[in-house]
Amino acid sequence: MFASFKQKFRNWAFSRTSETGTVTLTQRRIFIIPTKQGLILCGVLVLMLLGDINYNLSLGYVLTFLLTMMAVMSMLYAFRNMAHLQIRAGRAEPVFSGETARFAFHFNNRSKLSRYQLCLFKTGESFWVGGQPVIKFDAPAQQDSEVIFPLPATRRGWLQTGRMTLYTEFPLGLFYCWSYLHFDARCLVYPKPLIDAPLPSGSSPDGTGKRSVAGDEDFAGLRKYAAGDALPRIAWKAYAHERGLQVKQFSTPLGEELWLDLADAPDRNEEDKLARMTRWVLDAEAQDLRYGLRLPDGELPSNNGIAHRDECLRRIALFNLPQQEQP
Amino acid sequence: MNKSLIYGLLLSILMVIAPHADHLPIWVSSMCVGLLLWRGYLVYSGKALPKRWLLMSITFAGTVGIIFNFHTLFGREAGVTLLLMLAALKLMELRNARDAMVLVYLACFIIITNFFYSQSISTALYMLATLMVIVTTWVHLQAQGIALKPRLRIAAVLLMQALPLTLILFILFPRVQGPLWGLPQDAYASTGLDDRMSPGSLSRLGLSEAVAFRVTYSDKPPRRDQMYWRGPVLWYFDGRTWTPGIVTLSEAPKFTEVSQPIDYSVTLEPHNKPWLFALDVPDKLSVQSKLTYDFQVLNKEPVHARMRYTARSYLAYHANLQEAPRQLQRGLQLPRQSNPRAQQLAAEWRAGSKDDAAIVNTALSYFYKQGFVYTLEPPLLGSNTVDDFLFGTKQGFCEHYASAFVFLMRAANIPARVVTGYLGGEFNEVGNYYIVRQSDAHAWAEVWLAGKGWVRVDPTGAIAPDRVERGLSAALSDTAALPFMERNPPEWMRSLRFDLDALANQWNQWVLGYDTERQFAVLTRLGMESVTWQNMAINMMSGLAIVIALFALFMLRHLYTRQPDKVQAVWLKLCRKLADAGLPRAAHEGAQDYAVRVAAARPELAEAIHDLATRYTALRYGAHREEQAQREFIHLIQKFPSFRRTS
Repeated sequence: MFASFKQKFRNWAFSRTSETGTVTLTQRRIFIIPTKQGLILCGVLVLMLLGDINYNLSLGYVLTFLLTMMAVMSMLYAFRNMAHLQIRAGRAEPVFSGETARFAFHFNNRSKLSRYQLCLFKTGESFWVGGQPVIKFDAPAQQDSEVIFPLPATRRGWLQTGRMTLYTEFPLGLFYCWSYLHFDARCLVYPKPLIDAPLPSGSSPDGTGKRSVAGDEDFAGLRKYAAGDALPRIAWKAYAHERGLQVKQFSTPLGEELWLDLADAPDRNEEDKLARMTRWVLDAEAQDLRYGLRLPDGELPSNNGIAHRDECLRRIALFNLPQQEQP
Repeated sequence: MNKSLIYGLLLSILMVIAPHADHLPIWVSSMCVGLLLWRGYLVYSGKALPKRWLLMSITFAGTVGIIFNFHTLFGREAGVTLLLMLAALKLMELRNARDAMVLVYLACFIIITNFFYSQSISTALYMLATLMVIVTTWVHLQAQGIALKPRLRIAAVLLMQALPLTLILFILFPRVQGPLWGLPQDAYASTGLDDRMSPGSLSRLGLSEAVAFRVTYSDKPPRRDQMYWRGPVLWYFDGRTWTPGIVTLSEAPKFTEVSQPIDYSVTLEPHNKPWLFALDVPDKLSVQSKLTYDFQVLNKEPVHARMRYTARSYLAYHANLQEAPRQLQRGLQLPRQSNPRAQQLAAEWRAGSKDDAAIVNTALSYFYKQGFVYTLEPPLLGSNTVDDFLFGTKQGFCEHYASAFVFLMRAANIPARVVTGYLGGEFNEVGNYYIVRQSDAHAWAEVWLAGKGWVRVDPTGAIAPDRVERGLSAALSDTAALPFMERNPPEWMRSLRFDLDALANQWNQWVLGYDTERQFAVLTRLGMESVTWQNMAINMMSGLAIVIALFALFMLRHLYTRQPDKVQAVWLKLCRKLADAGLPRAAHEGAQDYAVRVAAARPELAEAIHDLATRYTALRYGAHREEQAQREFIHLIQKFPSFRRTS
């Protein structure tokens, strides 16, 4: 019976589809139940009451009632600690698979009351925190607090937070007061670039003749390290001089066009091919080449620049995935 | 764990242990203090907690020590001591939040153990202070990042809000008359009269300022020398100690009253003995009790809790005019071999007079003329206590005089007995009642005279008439080891003392004495028609609900009422005007960006919109908002042209 009740509760609580924009925590969205600590306190209070009756301790009654009423009032405080918070999901910058996506949530506390010890975690099987990583934070009065929720990105494509639980046990830890947040927050995950994958020997759009790409030979300067850069290219000397992680850049004469074609990738597995493509795009951009992308479902004309790189990576990341809503 | 959190827990435990200091064995107190100091040092220096085996052996040693000290681990004293020791030890293995939570609960629980020893007003105030510290620490435990000031504020508000709710619960929570299970023998601690009297037993009480009971007279109070509060009656003398002896008769006493009755009510402090105190001689009491053949009032069971009763007494009476011969025989019992000189003196008096009453007067004048001294610190007596007192030391407290007098009467063949109780009391003008303290404990004699019955004779009155008429402090010289307050204090101190005692009396009556009966009386007076526990529960729940709802309204009010910003409101009005012109502001667009876009689309508005956006930004996000600037801003927006909706 309890199981079916639990299922009903979950259906009811989870029935909302994901939300966009700002969510205000109204009282209909906030649930509250006593914690284990609360139940233990309840037992302690019953013991104390028995002692009061038995030994006829009037002052003992006063103490027992005071503690009981403080416990009851703490329920109201727990509720107030969450009530009328306004929450919206912010942007999450794309990451490579294997990295950690950082989802930003904005908690706007417009009241004159600071909210303490709010906890956020990704809802699992249970509405209780069961070993999941929890982000704890305060939301000071009349401020907008940004909270970063890290989530490991394991596969390319869209990573979604799914249902999140926001809870608080403030002020006495006797009541667990929680609310579900289901934002349509997503983070684009690029495939993890292969470590060692030299660019394909340049193939021109018309497909005639091959030119060797001299890009690895002519040192052109340093730029800041970006995720996915090959280790051998890191300028360790510059790093030793405390100039931060920098990557050696090599030039290829301008005007040469490079086509990155999935069909050119030598791997058997499609995921590996895509990982190689990712590496190619990164390297091509790093070398300031003009490059185009050719995938079985379409191609991007040759171009260069960060925006072009991102678009290429996006195509690669979403290639051959089941249709998903575009954000 | 946070350092200041541990200091908070240390302070909490210190505060709950401190009131026990005066009755804990000294080694336990010093052990607790030692553990607290040690823990404080470890936090301060950041050193590691002691190893488990060390703590285990300390715990074991402490437990063994308690067993040696109390010969048990159970019972109140030993149990409380063990609990306090364990709380101090728990601090030593405070590793995570769960341990801290256990300590917080333990601290709350230990507060209650202090109420076995004291439930005075100051104890209640101390409890509130302790709770304040504990709750502040508790909040800290939940949110370690929160500063001291907001923590204190939350704890204080929580406590303040709990007070009225507690009052409702206190009045309406259905009271059950305890005890629910058998109590250990040592459950109650007290001082008071015993039913054994030996030299020194009453003078010991003479030093105690503890309140025995409080009396309110319905009409005019009697004269002070008639305020004889009757307690245990002692018949049997073994040469040193007086005891009630073996009770042989269960007949009710008979007396004929010769004066008007006097009515009064008594609030008796618990003394763990069955007897109740009433003025000589009691007629009837409001509580179920038994009047013995020697006019003692006995409760059904020992008085473990403060109790109230009203009583009626007759101050002038003839008691047991027809006494049973067996009783008269008991009134003549003497250890024949002891105190030969006293027996000889009595025999001389007997030979010189046939009249019993004359012998009584002879004895009283003997005390008066032979230079006897009334003192709280009489010298020690040898094996023949009466002889040593009468012919040797000649210094004594009331029990010496009562004992010697009854001995002399019996030796002279006059039935006599010792009566113990209290004499007099102190009038409290503030509360209009009398306080009878342990230091008012007294012993006197009764002799049976044919045709008069049992007659009270107070030999102390012969030596120190002030004791009877004005109280102990008047009867003793200033240098005597009297309690400070029993001497003659300055007037302001006396009145302050009366005020405090009146307050304590109200506290006792209404808070500590709030039992089933008083609850019934109070609720009836508050207008509750049928006082059943169901009704009480319903009223309690609705009362609590109403007050909590009021608190909720007050606490959540400013969360729900929007306080629209005036500047923002008019800015939104401007945005609506521009939206009508086909230039709606995008949700993400800030004021300046929007202005740029509007200016580009409608160059004729450029100057105005830039000006307004700048003013808006300054007013809304600037550090100070000037009234004048705000008015100008509002005025400008009202003047801003409206556009017909382009749809």
